[in-house]
Amino acid sequence: MSEEKYIPKSKIGQWFDSRLPLLSLMHHLRDYPTPKNLNYWWTFGAILTFCLIAQIITGLVLAMHYVAHADLAFESVEHIMRNVNYGWLIRYFHANGSSMFFLAVYIHIFRALFYGSYKSPREMIWILGMLIYILMMATAFMGYVLPWGQMSFWAATVITNLFSAIPFIGESIVTWLWGGYSVDSPMLTRFYSLHYLLPFLIFALVILHIWALHIPGNNNPVGIDIKQPSKDTVPFSPYIAVKDLYALIIFLIITAGFVFFAPNILSHPDNYIKANPLVTPTHIVPEWYLLPFYAILRAVPSKLGGVIVMFASLFILMFLPWLDTSKVRSAVFKPLSKLFFWVLVIDVVILGYIGANPPEGLYLLIGRVATIYYFLHFILVLPVLGYKEKTIPLPISISDPVLGGQPNISTTRSREDIKEKQHD
Amino acid sequence: MSSSYLILTTIIIFLLIFLYISWIFISNEIENKKETGERRDFLYTASYALGAVGLGAAVWPLVDQMNPDASVKALSTTEVDISNIDVGKSITVLWRGKPVFIRRRTQEEIIESQNTKLTELKDPQKDQDRVKKPEWLVMLGVCTHLGCVPLGGKGDYKGWFCPCHGSHYDKSGRIRKGPAPTNLPIPKYEFVDNNTIKIG
Ligand code: HEM
Ligand code: FES
Repeated sequence: MSEEKYIPKSKIGQWFDSRLPLLSLMHHLRDYPTPKNLNYWWTFGAILTFCLIAQIITGLVLAMHYVAHADLAFESVEHIMRNVNYGWLIRYFHANGSSMFFLAVYIHIFRALFYGSYKSPREMIWILGMLIYILMMATAFMGYVLPWGQMSFWAATVITNLFSAIPFIGESIVTWLWGGYSVDSPMLTRFYSLHYLLPFLIFALVILHIWALHIPGNNNPVGIDIKQPSKDTVPFSPYIAVKDLYALIIFLIITAGFVFFAPNILSHPDNYIKANPLVTPTHIVPEWYLLPFYAILRAVPSKLGGVIVMFASLFILMFLPWLDTSKVRSAVFKPLSKLFFWVLVIDVVILGYIGANPPEGLYLLIGRVATIYYFLHFILVLPVLGYKEKTIPLPISISDPVLGGQPNISTTRSREDIKEKQHD
Repeated sequence: MSSSYLILTTIIIFLLIFLYISWIFISNEIENKKETGERRDFLYTASYALGAVGLGAAVWPLVDQMNPDASVKALSTTEVDISNIDVGKSITVLWRGKPVFIRRRTQEEIIESQNTKLTELKDPQKDQDRVKKPEWLVMLGVCTHLGCVPLGGKGDYKGWFCPCHGSHYDKSGRIRKGPAPTNLPIPKYEFVDNNTIKIG
């Protein structure tokens, strides 16, 4: 970071900071130079940090009343809803908060895809982000099991059974996960233990994620490198902080809308029936944020194959920085990439829709086509576009489009210039 | 198990201490005489290898505690009274937390199941190999795909149908269509007398 060294004003501050540079850290976070052209898609990082903290606080409170035992879990959640003061509010906030958390993370991820934020030198940020996303899915899945309703129970059964697809050792792994011969109390208690732990691991990864971000600095809608600090940057506080706060308030209003007016609209009524190992609900579906992966799982007509392809659809994202060969980051300057970005968004939405429907007839066919396209996007479309696409010339500085609207041709650089730049 | 574990751990700890001390000796020697590193390399490799074994031994209890415990294992048999099941009816009982279907089959069902050609089956198995007495079909009610409970009398083969991802089983519980790879499993069971089955 090319900031001047910070020295606290007071003597005691200097004493403290030379022993533990927390004040320097605060100073860095406050003055951290941010590109001045960041749009509202960039506010979701702050929103996500808020979501994580909100989940931890509401979860901590739920944990004071919740009982992790197959005979008592369902009743203890009803107890939270009916007897605990404001228990209904805290539980609805935790349950809907998790959906809002995923909404925010999906926007955040697609933001990165659109503006090429995963590209060099930000690969580490992207990989840490993917790890966070995977842990989030694990956390939310285990949280969903805790109320021990019918959906909890059967989601746990189906998902843990995925491991039985592993040749030879699959069955023993499943027994090990269950701590028994079926989904029951031993599994519930360990899921509770892990559901409590993982958010703190996520928290640690978020710190690394932000650390890795503060090395190269933020990407921006134009996607070009900027000097920091310079005329192109503004200090994080107050400029970006206030913008983030404004977006967060809007986000909270929407969250409150769910919590107060439609607290169960995103969940499934069957989860208000206590778990029954003898009866599977006729239509089991995961939470909405896992539906695309569920569709991919079911698109493959083989048990092991489905599991492999589903995990592949997640892990392929890790390699994205190397699959995308384009020298230009932002899709603003890549008309074809922009088009294919939206095709991918639609493809994922279709997969989500298919995941919510039974895998029969036309649904199955569409699910298969959408799954194939999903992979083609990453292993064919992106690499080829990177080599072949003719990009629009980039502006020299971000001030240009910010102040002038359209990029001014006289102040633009061509693709070749950039290539040369990267060679020196 | 636990005593052998104790012995193993103790041996490993002693070996590690031994290696550590000899490593100190060697490094002193090296400092004094600038000796070549062969002996040192061996000690490094040996101590890393033993360290890995020791770490494994220390971690194993943390892993194994997740396996079924003694109280779970103790519940592993169930006796069922089948005297009041009529022909053409089934009951579902819980064994080790899993549903077990017990069906008293009709004569037509038995004949149909026995006459199915093995070439039509995805997981070929004779009906005779799936029952102890042809009248009684005893099998786990757990779909071999991802573990849902199939519904009786439904599906293309009027045997069982799994609602989760659409697996069809025939009247002998054999997989005919859908993502499930194998037939509904037969648990270990025996007829204690004409009216009682012991599962497990
Ligand atoms: C990444 C952060 C987290 C996510 C995404 C998350 C997600 C969830 C979800 C989806 C549920 C099920 C809600 C329902 O349908 O009732 C749940 C339940 C629960 N969570 Fe979390 N959670 C998080 C953090 C935490 C933390 C840190 C704790 C404990 C300190 C916690 C404690 C609980 C408890 C006790 C329940 C069961 C009560 C209930 O069902 O409402 N959670 N969580
Ligand atoms: S669990 Fe029965 S078809 Fe998937």
